[in-house]
Amino acid sequence: MSQSTLSPRAPEDPVALRIERSASADEPLDGPAAERTTVVSLQEISFYYGAFRAVKDISIDIPSRQISALIGPSGCGKSTLLRTINRMNDLIPGTRLEGRLLYHGQDIYAGDVDPVEVRRRIGMVFQKPNPFPKSIYDNVAFGPRINGFDGNLDELVEDSLRRAALWDEVKDKLRQSGLALSGGQQQRLCIARAIATQPDVILMDEPCSALDPRATLQIEELMAELKRSYTIVIVTHNMQQAARASDTTVFMTMDDDRSGYVVEQGVTMEIFTNPKNQLTEDYVSGRFG
Amino acid sequence: MTTSATSIVVSRSLSARGRDWRGLAFQALLLFSLLLALSVLAVLITDVFTRGWPILQERGADFLTSPLSTRPAAAGIGQGIMGTVLIAIFTALFAFPIGVMTAVYLEEYAVDNRLTRLITVNIRNLAGVPSVVYGLLGLAVFVPLMAGLMGGTGRNVVTASITLSVLVLPIVIITASEALRAVPQTLREGGYGVGASRWDVTRRLVLPAAGPGILTGTVLSLSRALGETAPLVVIGASATFFSTGNQSFLESLFGSFTALPMIVFGWSTRPQDEFRALTAAAIVALLVVTLFANAVAILLRNKYERTW
Repeated sequence: MSQSTLSPRAPEDPVALRIERSASADEPLDGPAAERTTVVSLQEISFYYGAFRAVKDISIDIPSRQISALIGPSGCGKSTLLRTINRMNDLIPGTRLEGRLLYHGQDIYAGDVDPVEVRRRIGMVFQKPNPFPKSIYDNVAFGPRINGFDGNLDELVEDSLRRAALWDEVKDKLRQSGLALSGGQQQRLCIARAIATQPDVILMDEPCSALDPRATLQIEELMAELKRSYTIVIVTHNMQQAARASDTTVFMTMDDDRSGYVVEQGVTMEIFTNPKNQLTEDYVSGRFG
Repeated sequence: MTTSATSIVVSRSLSARGRDWRGLAFQALLLFSLLLALSVLAVLITDVFTRGWPILQERGADFLTSPLSTRPAAAGIGQGIMGTVLIAIFTALFAFPIGVMTAVYLEEYAVDNRLTRLITVNIRNLAGVPSVVYGLLGLAVFVPLMAGLMGGTGRNVVTASITLSVLVLPIVIITASEALRAVPQTLREGGYGVGASRWDVTRRLVLPAAGPGILTGTVLSLSRALGETAPLVVIGASATFFSTGNQSFLESLFGSFTALPMIVFGWSTRPQDEFRALTAAAIVALLVVTLFANAVAILLRNKYERTW
């Protein structure tokens, strides 16, 4: 079967973006020799909260099936930038985006694009685990149900929970409330919930900052597994986490006018051992931030 | 310094301030206010109970089922209970859906602009409008409407219910809005994050989460409606006597009616001495109904209370 493809959108086609997931989507790509495609491309993105420009002229490419980390000091706009990728910021009134945000080559901020469709394909996991006040099963099944999934829901729920490394711990208590789990389990449940809609990209906004070290390690191991099937973009405050868990790193910082900009983007190893920019060097060696 | 000397100094400084007289005085004032409020309530309840008890004791079930009458010995609150129950049902039927949907619109869908804020402020104002004004609204608008639609005088329990639901609508909207606002934003974000539309999030996540609060608010506003007298007086609930004769249930819905508050009002103006005791007994019945409604609200709230 073919790679995940986006059927070409002719000018007269109606709204939806269509993506077919393929069986080979789960096979690990080869190492550096394999061709890395770009799945999300930000081109000269500036984002405004009212009159305040939170991030300016961001141009980065998110490679497919890799973990890309966004690092930088507090308040530089990392989370804001992350949330633009799946149009979560649309929920905040008075916000505006300039520039182009391409997902498989399509501008997702174009007038006729449905943000709901975007969020189905670009899922999100939040900083503080927020499972729904429903059973574990219903948490995972929520996304597929509202998107009209008519296949075997039990299978999909089990598959998602397995991929999130949670199945063994909850398989005999699927009807219990999702809120009864521990913090780390709740976060994995949220990951399973995001996976259940069979997304392409998973955005994670500091997913481990509310968890203890052991749970953090579990999530990082999970991410390493997940990147075989999904593209992951993670915002993290934890430099060590970025260094050990990610493939690509984007370093952002805040300018004098308090808007964030990208200082440097590159392979993680390079950013941390041989950065090109002095600011990057200062940040990763702990001199500020 | 030796240990014992240190402890003496420490002990002196720890108890240096003496008693907090101002604090104690304030506490006493609070307690006094509470006792004052409670004693007023206690006096009212005791007075009503002692006056009404003989009636309840002598006539018991007969009092509860007898229709209105001009003769004290035969007068009962049966029709009043029926009327109050019907008013409860219809008011809930009219006010609950409209009120909750308005609240959902205002909280989840409306853009926060001047118009929305104007609407919200006006709804709060409406909650404070005297109930007799709503009665006049009912008389001016709903009575002729009902008369035109169903024939007859238009003064019936359905009209009263419509009027009362307009009266409690602002309260339902306000309490439902509060309940919706109390739902944490993280819940909505989680829903949007998996590709839910606003309708999905509202229907499947927010409303179930706000359900207990909305329900409690509705029941409380209902218990308010059950106690209102002015609209009933203006619309023309019966205080003396009416007969349903051979009417079917449906016909009696659109005919003469009465309710407990109206009976209390009507009997309190009667000249005969016997009606004093009857009034007191009717008040007891009304209090029981109100307390019951409030108890239901509290039980519902406790049952569905959950922590996030």
